[in-house]
Amino acid sequence: MAKKLLEMHSITKEFAGVKALDNVNITVNEGEIHAVVGENGAGKSTLMNVLSGVHPYGSYSGDIYFDGQLCRFHSIKDSERLGIVIIHQELALVPYLSIGENMFLGNERRRRRGVVDWNETYQKAEEYLKVVGLEENPRTLVKDISVGKQQLVEIAKALAKDVRLLILDEPTSSLNEGDSLKVLNLLLTLKRERGITSILISHKLNEVAYCADRITILRDGSTVETLDKHKDGVTEERIIRGMVGREMTERYPHRPHTIRSEVALEVQDWTVYHELYTERKVVDNVSFKLHKGEVAGIYGLMGSGRTELALSIFGRAYGSRISGTLIKDGQVLELNSVPEAINAGLTYVTEDRKDNGLILGNSIMHNITLPRMDFVAPKGRIDRDLERQTANHYREALDIKAPSVEQLVNNLSGGNQQKVLLAKWIYSKPDILILDEPTRGVDVGAKYEIYQIINDLAKQGKAILLISSELPEILGMCDRIYVMDSGRIIAEFPQSEATQEGIMNCIMQQSKGEIGA
Amino acid sequence: MSSLWTTLRNNLRQYMILLALLAIIIAFQLMTNGTLLKPMNVSNLIFQNAYVVILAVGMLMCILTGGNIDLSVGSVVALIGACAGTFIISWGWNSHLSILLCLLIGLAIGAWQGFWIAYARIPAFIVTLSGMLVFRGLTLIVLGGLTLAPFPSDFLAYSTGYIPDLFPGMSLFGLRNSTSLLIGVLLAIIYCISQMRGWIWRKKKAYEVESPWVLLLKMVIVSAAVIWLFYTLGAYRGVPKVLIIVGIILIAYSYFTTHTVMGRHLYALGGNEKAARLSGVKTTQLLFLAYVNMAFLASIAGIVFTARLNSASPQAGQSFELDAIAACFIGGASAYGGIGTVGGTLIGAMIMGVLNNGMSIMGISSNVQQVVKGLVLLGAVAFDVLGKQRMQLRFLPFFGRRAPKPQESVKLEG
Repeated sequence: MAKKLLEMHSITKEFAGVKALDNVNITVNEGEIHAVVGENGAGKSTLMNVLSGVHPYGSYSGDIYFDGQLCRFHSIKDSERLGIVIIHQELALVPYLSIGENMFLGNERRRRRGVVDWNETYQKAEEYLKVVGLEENPRTLVKDISVGKQQLVEIAKALAKDVRLLILDEPTSSLNEGDSLKVLNLLLTLKRERGITSILISHKLNEVAYCADRITILRDGSTVETLDKHKDGVTEERIIRGMVGREMTERYPHRPHTIRSEVALEVQDWTVYHELYTERKVVDNVSFKLHKGEVAGIYGLMGSGRTELALSIFGRAYGSRISGTLIKDGQVLELNSVPEAINAGLTYVTEDRKDNGLILGNSIMHNITLPRMDFVAPKGRIDRDLERQTANHYREALDIKAPSVEQLVNNLSGGNQQKVLLAKWIYSKPDILILDEPTRGVDVGAKYEIYQIINDLAKQGKAILLISSELPEILGMCDRIYVMDSGRIIAEFPQSEATQEGIMNCIMQQSKGEIGA
Repeated sequence: MSSLWTTLRNNLRQYMILLALLAIIIAFQLMTNGTLLKPMNVSNLIFQNAYVVILAVGMLMCILTGGNIDLSVGSVVALIGACAGTFIISWGWNSHLSILLCLLIGLAIGAWQGFWIAYARIPAFIVTLSGMLVFRGLTLIVLGGLTLAPFPSDFLAYSTGYIPDLFPGMSLFGLRNSTSLLIGVLLAIIYCISQMRGWIWRKKKAYEVESPWVLLLKMVIVSAAVIWLFYTLGAYRGVPKVLIIVGIILIAYSYFTTHTVMGRHLYALGGNEKAARLSGVKTTQLLFLAYVNMAFLASIAGIVFTARLNSASPQAGQSFELDAIAACFIGGASAYGGIGTVGGTLIGAMIMGVLNNGMSIMGISSNVQQVVKGLVLLGAVAFDVLGKQRMQLRFLPFFGRRAPKPQESVKLEG
């Protein structure tokens, strides 16, 4: 029987009368990778905040035992002293400081009286970087390295604090598959070679199944069960059943045949250069077609040029030296600004709803009507009653869970925010919707609803371009699939011929070809 | 009903600040033994603060675009005054045309600053800091360091003095200027009729309406306040002309921010510039116009202020920008943009105005006055920020954090 490193007993935490955690129990053994999974709002982050002292002792009830000792953390410092380090989803690195400076931030190597010993700092930094498999110079500024490497720097930073229990909150949410795999493998290596225990919080069940020894499932603030990989047969379906409390027989709704013969949008020889580095090609001679009533997919990883392609089509919202032809309903379109694109019936639903999509401090109503104010302002004067009625219509149609449309968007859950984003663009009465990662950061139940909305739109004859880096989503939802890599479309599959292996092979071949050339 | 509650909650801050204003008025009314609300002093308050309100409205538009402020307005006020003085007093030009020319100069100044801020993307703080120096320097050059006075009466006629009594000798309720009371009653009636018409129209269209009692209460309070103000003004010399200018500006900008597409776009720009741009808002153009507008309003304020002093002085308008900025923030504008109302700004300006005036009546030294005003600004914003932090803790779990209920659309099995 493995030694218990951490025990949390009947943890209950309330926010003003609402129980975020209700009698949660979790036990983590020394030297294991323990995954905590649950839908958005199940209480994962709250639990970790209780553990790390963000919610101080006394603000919750229940006991925490670490290494057999009862702990009462009053701040993060207290938990870090025992070797509990949490790495948050939003990376906490300072972009304009060097890797080394970041790693020892708050934990500086000092000579005496607060004078920093830079030699030791950088020497130690280099050591830890080696452990996590980074060959960067520790004097490099953090802003100059990729997000994937930044995540590794975070882990190195934790190691520098003599970590015993490493907590990672969604460590791969902004990484591509290659970098994600690196992070997960690093966790496995650290476990094997240094005996470091980790708690992994993740939405990506394939990753959980890949590296976790045991999995605790939370639902509505309570522990549902703890699965042991070595005893229970742990599959993604099994985890999902625990998370949603029911079997998801279908993660994707049935996609009816709604394709019409008319071509809604045709893009020919589309080439885009980087906005700042105007020498760099980001989209390279791309051509594709969208039919009415069709859901076409673009599969591509981050950095493949998919977002740049979408934005440049959407009224040249990105890029420089754009060339190529846009043909909508048989007519050549010349779009030079976003308003022109919207008026022409194009929409782009961003992958980054917080930064590029929604105005978080505004109400649901104001967010929805923003792209086409003219619909609710017939004579230039906003008809606020009409606006409210319109917004209410979309709130009901898309089942946005909020007490009213006056509700500010930043008080909504991720899934509901995503629905507001969709509502906003459906409201603009488009013929063509470009959906960029429409289910990112959305829980399983809400994902299904969003898929249904997409199917409905196709049924109405809208043409949909679905951009995603989740292969199962692309395979489950699209009638036709384009594969994009390094700014080019490298393959096209009809749904009937597309398989996960086929698409991955296609990308592998491509990168091999590049190395060979 | 839940919608009414949300609206109330979203505007909580506005009601709090209104209560704060009332509390300050009552406190000074007591401390000055009733001098504060004497008819003559109310009239004075309006003259003293008209230009601050005008500047604050313009400043609000800049702040809404993303917390951008305009430091140059004090210097613009002085420069416009200097131009007016030179045109009218030194060169003897026609007053009306000179005013028009001054407003055009204001637009040109705005275009200059707006260009650098919106198109060249230089931070507004730096561009307007530069403007503050440049326009103050130009003022000194134009005036040669001298003060020009006095102005002819046709220049003063626009913004100084009172609306004459149309019915002299009528003496309604013993008032010196009965016309004033009539204007007040007329405004109250217009307000009530428009409110009721809107209510009935919405009811007919089956839109959501407030309960008739709330409507009635609102009408009674607003009408009483308006009639009281004009009654008080009537007890002195009547309605100051500058009140008409300020009133028109307040109504126009209030309408602009709440009922026009461009106004809404302004809030979107400040709330999230990237999202606004991708939603088809012409962000650059809007930012440019905000600064053009600011300088335009600053030139109106310049003319009003010059007329009030009846002189164009090189030192005019010093630290006006700070009063205007303070009014916006006390009135609930967000330092990050996207939040703020014309009504709130008016209340913020009134708080500053009453503090100034009340403390002066009490004979408190201007040094102490500055300390008090500074602390009030900090206090108002701190109250806002701290209040919001508490609110978040209290309200987030209700609407955000709680796990969504299992959804029916997902297929169940077993």
